Amino acid sequence: MQQWLIAWIKSALIEVQEYVKLCQATARGAVTRPFYWRDLVTQMEIIGLGSLTVVILTGLFTGAVLALQSGVTLDQFGARPYVGRLVSATMVKALGPVLTALMLAGRVGSGIAAELGSMAVTDQIHALRALGTDPVRKLVVPRVLAGFIMTPLLTAVANTVGLIGGWVIAVFQLRVASGLYWSSVVEGLYIEDVYMGIIKPFFLGLVIVTVGCHVGLRTSGGTQGVGRSTTNAVVAASVGVLAVDFFLTRLILSVLYP
Amino acid sequence: MTIASTAGEAARPAAATVEPIAVFEDVHLAFDEKVVLRGVSFAVMPGHTKILLGASGSGKSTILKLMLGLLKPDAGRIWVHGERVDTMRERDLLALRDQTGMVFQEGALFDSLTVGGNVGYKLYGETDLPEEEIQRRIEELLGFIGLDEYLERMPSELSGGQRRRVAIARAMAFKPKLLLYDEPTTGLDPLTALTVDAEIVKLRDLEDVTPVVVTHQLRDAFYIAGHQAIRDPGVRLVPAPPEKVAEADFVMLREGKIVFEGSADELRCASDPYLREFLS
Repeated sequence: MQQWLIAWIKSALIEVQEYVKLCQATARGAVTRPFYWRDLVTQMEIIGLGSLTVVILTGLFTGAVLALQSGVTLDQFGARPYVGRLVSATMVKALGPVLTALMLAGRVGSGIAAELGSMAVTDQIHALRALGTDPVRKLVVPRVLAGFIMTPLLTAVANTVGLIGGWVIAVFQLRVASGLYWSSVVEGLYIEDVYMGIIKPFFLGLVIVTVGCHVGLRTSGGTQGVGRSTTNAVVAASVGVLAVDFFLTRLILSVLYP
Repeated sequence: MTIASTAGEAARPAAATVEPIAVFEDVHLAFDEKVVLRGVSFAVMPGHTKILLGASGSGKSTILKLMLGLLKPDAGRIWVHGERVDTMRERDLLALRDQTGMVFQEGALFDSLTVGGNVGYKLYGETDLPEEEIQRRIEELLGFIGLDEYLERMPSELSGGQRRRVAIARAMAFKPKLLLYDEPTTGLDPLTALTVDAEIVKLRDLEDVTPVVVTHQLRDAFYIAGHQAIRDPGVRLVPAPPEKVAEADFVMLREGKIVFEGSADELRCASDPYLREFLS
């Protein structure tokens, strides 16, 4: 049991060390030449446009459910007109960034881990190095930058669609006037909330893509290994998103809301 | 101290005046508890064929990865093109790899690129050559391996033998002086394997590319050692003269140790029970 524990701790520490090394190499690769612009554009399209449908659907139904649930609760206090305030504050500060990131962890994180994992087990990563290309610059940097840029944009889309979803329920089911809903949405938001909603997705995007790349590049064990890596990437990225969201929220609260 | 002298017994006395293109000196490597190489020493002379034989897991492929700097040894020294690759930084290794090509098991072609994209990958990505010149070089390489009509095909549309030959063309794009073949004929039928063997011989004799071939297919190993390519005026493969056959050096690995090093004839005459069993 003790030996198993030591081996587990050792392998966990090695994973952390390799993850940090990959992040360092990625940071270096992002600011030095050569830079693969074409790959960056391709990845922005894959991560951004490719995830748009799932993010829109997530945002829409989350906003709708929020309005529905909070409408029932607010009714107890006769505060139904304030439903927009609740939807906007919850979507922009918390649920929008986290749910978008979790959806991206499932779609983008798994895709990256599977793609890089397949390349690793078929020696394509070694082939890249043999051909004089740094795999971190060619494969990791464009994906990480694309995730860093596209996650906040997708979160903004999810938030907007979420507010629209809330509006649909507020107007057609809760019978709240449209103007009242939107003024309530604006009243419920402070500039600090908007900052929080903008800052978080940058970091969550980084977590999703770096974890996907790290797990993918360390894949071994053939097709079975690729499957294992894909699962691990989704689980690790999802847990990472929730943990980073918690610590970021604490940090931002202490800085922006003194 | 020159590389030839540091190679010690690994370099042959007859070639003492010629610098080896690659040298391994007392190289050790282990992955966790598993020892992969135990004190491996040998030299690769320019223009000569080095054939690494051995059962699966004997450390053959690892030697190629060490030679290319894809792995680092735990101990020992490795020179390739006169440079110490075991201590070299990845950044410098990327430049050194311009002179060394590698053909991986199964080809390791990039799935998302066409045959032309794979062959021209390095030219497109790492050079500023004009488009027309890159296209001309790709067509020349595909013509050399007899696959010039496959330019726009995807790797998934190719047979196993075609994939290996495209991998050879890709490795040749930068005109390397040393080409490493990792099990180039494994999984191929005998006739298709011969087409891959022929490419290795043609590149060695007509393009001055020194081959290091890892294989456990004895038939292919002896074919490569025993043939030479000539132009008269078309390219033809003929049985090699004895002095040419003697230039092919066979290395047999067993559990990470070299148990035999010599010519094809010496290997055939070996009396060691393990070698006899391997040859049978």
